[in-house]
Amino acid sequence: MMNDSNIAMTQPIVEIKSLYKVFGKNPKSVLKAVKQGISKQALLEQTGHTIGLFDINLTINRGEVFVIMGLSGSGKSTLIRHFNRMIDPTVGEIIIDGQNIIQLKQSQLEAFRRHKIAMVFQNFGLMPHLNILDNVAYGLKINGVNKTERYDHAKRWINIVGLEGYDLQFPMQLSGGQKQRVGLARALAVDTDILLMDEPFSALDPLIRREMQAQLIELQSNLHKTIIFITHDLDEALKMGDRIAILKDGKIIQLDTPEEILKNPADDYVADFVRDVKF
Amino acid sequence: MAETNWFYDFPKMDKAQLTAIKKHLDTAYRDFSRNYGEAIENFFEPLLNLMVWFENLLLATPWWLMIIILCGLSYLASRSYKLSVGVFAALLSIGYLSMWDDTMRTLSIITICTLIAIALGIPIGIIMARSNLARSIITPLLDIMQTMPAFVYLIPVVMLLGIGKIPGLIAVVIYAIPPVIRFTNLGIRLVDKEVLEAATAFGANKSQRLWGVQVPLALPTIMAGINQTIMMALAMVVIASMIGVKGLGQPVLKSITNQYFTLGLFNGLAIVALAIIFDRVSSAYAKRSQKQYQEQNDE
Ligand SMILES: Nc1ncnc2c1ncn2[C@@H]1O[C@H](COP(=O)(O)OP(=O)(O)OP(=O)(O)O)[C@@H](O)[C@H]1O
Ligand SMILES: [Mg+2]
Repeated sequence: MMNDSNIAMTQPIVEIKSLYKVFGKNPKSVLKAVKQGISKQALLEQTGHTIGLFDINLTINRGEVFVIMGLSGSGKSTLIRHFNRMIDPTVGEIIIDGQNIIQLKQSQLEAFRRHKIAMVFQNFGLMPHLNILDNVAYGLKINGVNKTERYDHAKRWINIVGLEGYDLQFPMQLSGGQKQRVGLARALAVDTDILLMDEPFSALDPLIRREMQAQLIELQSNLHKTIIFITHDLDEALKMGDRIAILKDGKIIQLDTPEEILKNPADDYVADFVRDVKF
Repeated sequence: MAETNWFYDFPKMDKAQLTAIKKHLDTAYRDFSRNYGEAIENFFEPLLNLMVWFENLLLATPWWLMIIILCGLSYLASRSYKLSVGVFAALLSIGYLSMWDDTMRTLSIITICTLIAIALGIPIGIIMARSNLARSIITPLLDIMQTMPAFVYLIPVVMLLGIGKIPGLIAVVIYAIPPVIRFTNLGIRLVDKEVLEAATAFGANKSQRLWGVQVPLALPTIMAGINQTIMMALAMVVIASMIGVKGLGQPVLKSITNQYFTLGLFNGLAIVALAIIFDRVSSAYAKRSQKQYQEQNDE
């Protein structure tokens, strides 16, 4: 596990309370039916709305690596995009550092994203027209940090992730693993408390993936960030996570430590996941 | 027999009524142009002065200096000696066949029309990319502008402003602006969703997203639109010469009425030469400015 010393692990930084997300023309109109427990299939056939997330409740502690796992379409990306309000919930509360971010106005939301929370993307999301230095410095530039300072800072992070000398290359000239190192450096450079990672290593081949996992674990042992990490790979979830939430059809069906999930899977779906783990 | 009448002949509006409607609209428009024509002319006066000044500037510049400038510009834009040599040869032949002054006039109006089309077209394209409502309003307008025979919209322009440079400019801009608008819209809409999402996630606001991500990434597409706009403006120059735009179009017009084949051909070829120069230079520039991050992609 990434964090063996559980001393500071009980201070909550993120809380989500009764959060629902329904996709469609008029989500509020079908919310009642959703709360009464209509199935995803039936709702879609009858009203054309899709249940994205169903009654999500969770608390994430400061310094924790919180893994969200589930099969394709289970709602992982939808959930993680609520933490920085890239997606607005249909109902529910998202409290980060004591503040309900649902109430933020556009400009406050932008400030919140700049200072509190950074993100790493599955397909890297790098700016193809900017070189590596400017990519890593992007968040700092948005923050209004001046040029010399942000380049200094960006260079430091480029070195830390092991890309020294690549400053003036463009993303197109890098391999997948190198691109994701840039994505990671960009997210770390803004120095936020919270780091969102939506399947950051899924696009990489197994060897590189293992390397990146090791690197992230090592970085985290110094940084102690709050990391919300998405994966559909159980091995990765067990390796990275302090706690794991398992999503199915937009519901959290188990939220536990890796040991507990291996020992006491909540249902057949989880048991299926766990079955071929190599201990 | 009344029944066969509507069966074989389209049930028409009463002729007198139709004439009355046409007359009414024409009179209304004529009154409008009588009342506001002068105000509109005054509005365009600075633009007219600019056009006259620029045309005189090009005409007053010695031919050899002009050739140096044009070859230099095309080298700067394309960084290709071959292209600059081509431009040099084309300009020499144009001058030698005594079409220099007309070519300069055309160059002047095309330059100004293109700049105006870009200045209006890119913002309109951006608005269109940002709102589906704007897109659904603007798209049919662009369709009309592109399919309406150019002669038809020359009529109200001439009624309003008479014959001359400004009406010519308006006609050319109307005819040539649709590609910049369309390509700007398209380019912005095609920007990779995840890249835009990344900008949003790092707290970029609307204008930081637009100028930092969307416009730069749409630039190759926008350049393709500008290129097409220039080509269309050049094509329109011949038609605009009917309403008094001087330049290579007028000799072409003259050769149609007098059946001077060679005169028409030479001036036509001069327009083609200008078109090729503009096309090659602008696309070489577009390619060069994208090269740094696209060359790996092209392999
Ligand atoms: N904008 C949207 N409109 C309608 N339905 C959506 C939208 N976004 C997501 N959904 C639906 O929500 C569900 C969850 O999608 P989501 O992308 O969160 O899944 P995921 O767990 O991230 O899957 P993957 O592993 O494939 O990335 C899916 O059924 C999807 O069809
Ligand atoms: Mg996903």
